[in-house]
Amino acid sequence: MVTNITNLGRSGLSDWLIQRVSAVVLALYALFVVVYLLFHPNLDYATWSGLFAQTWMRIFSLLAFISMAAHAWVGLWTVSTDYLKHTGVRFGFQAIVILAIFVFLVWGVQVLWGA
Amino acid sequence: MSNLQVSVYRYNPETDSAPYMQEFQVDTQGRDLMVLNVLTMIKDQDSSLAFRRSCREGVCGSDGMNMNGTNGLACITPLSDVAKNNKLVLRPLPGLPVMRDLVVDMGLFYKQYERMQPYLQNDTTAPAIERLQSPEERDKLDGLYECILCACCSTSCPSFWWNPDKFVGPAGLLQAYRFLADSRDNATQSRLAELEDPFSLFRCRGIMNCVAVCPKGLNPTRAIGKIREMLLSNAT
Repeated sequence: MVTNITNLGRSGLSDWLIQRVSAVVLALYALFVVVYLLFHPNLDYATWSGLFAQTWMRIFSLLAFISMAAHAWVGLWTVSTDYLKHTGVRFGFQAIVILAIFVFLVWGVQVLWGA
Repeated sequence: MSNLQVSVYRYNPETDSAPYMQEFQVDTQGRDLMVLNVLTMIKDQDSSLAFRRSCREGVCGSDGMNMNGTNGLACITPLSDVAKNNKLVLRPLPGLPVMRDLVVDMGLFYKQYERMQPYLQNDTTAPAIERLQSPEERDKLDGLYECILCACCSTSCPSFWWNPDKFVGPAGLLQAYRFLADSRDNATQSRLAELEDPFSLFRCRGIMNCVAVCPKGLNPTRAIGKIREMLLSNAT
């Protein structure tokens, strides 16, 4: 039995599920943005800003940001446990990653709902 | 006269400060020998060479080694499959500690196998005759029970290289599923609980080196996927 304290879901099964579900959300969001850009070749600030003024787009974007945060945590946690064998170095790396994810997430919320 | 140039990994911890590659010339007389035959011919030249072998027909799993970069059993691998430009490079199985030359310490591999409790567990009263299985139930064990524990798969798996103490590895997981799939075994819950953490099973990243090298043509990646399905349908 392996004890886990730094992975996101506290279990391999939930980490695995989080990774797959967040990947689907990110794929859908990326696809939406690409298609939107293709249909608006002469995109101006007003149209772009109007898109993000709508509640459904803000919810969709926040969902994508949270998925990105979870996906990055699970993925980089896995990388760190593969390659960083020194416990102190690994915990340091994980702390920086989790802190950065937190900062980006709050920043993203501010961009969506601020101003 | 057809000369094969063989480069063999040599290391004797009692006399060598570091491992080195030793070159040998072997006259195959144009025959498509098995790699194990070549090794015995090298042993005639230098009796200090150490390697494991027993049945010499792909049943015992003793002579798993790395031949020109690919793991396999030396006894059932013909030169025509591995040798390139009459050159052959022989190394021990990667990732396990080398005891001497091509002999590795399989301790970690067996430890992970043991952790999977590879024996039937059934706490119901034993019937007067054997526990019966339908032909369909028996069919589920095909592709699982044939494993000979040669370690070719686990030692070709990067996830096992990085975490051999925590990740069970393809060989152990194939055996875990062999007992999860067995209709006569009812320790399913405790077996699944042992595999639910982020390392034991979930460190498999689907690289599928195990499938590519298995000398018995088995598919550990598929077994791992089946265990994942069982874990998922067992969860809330």
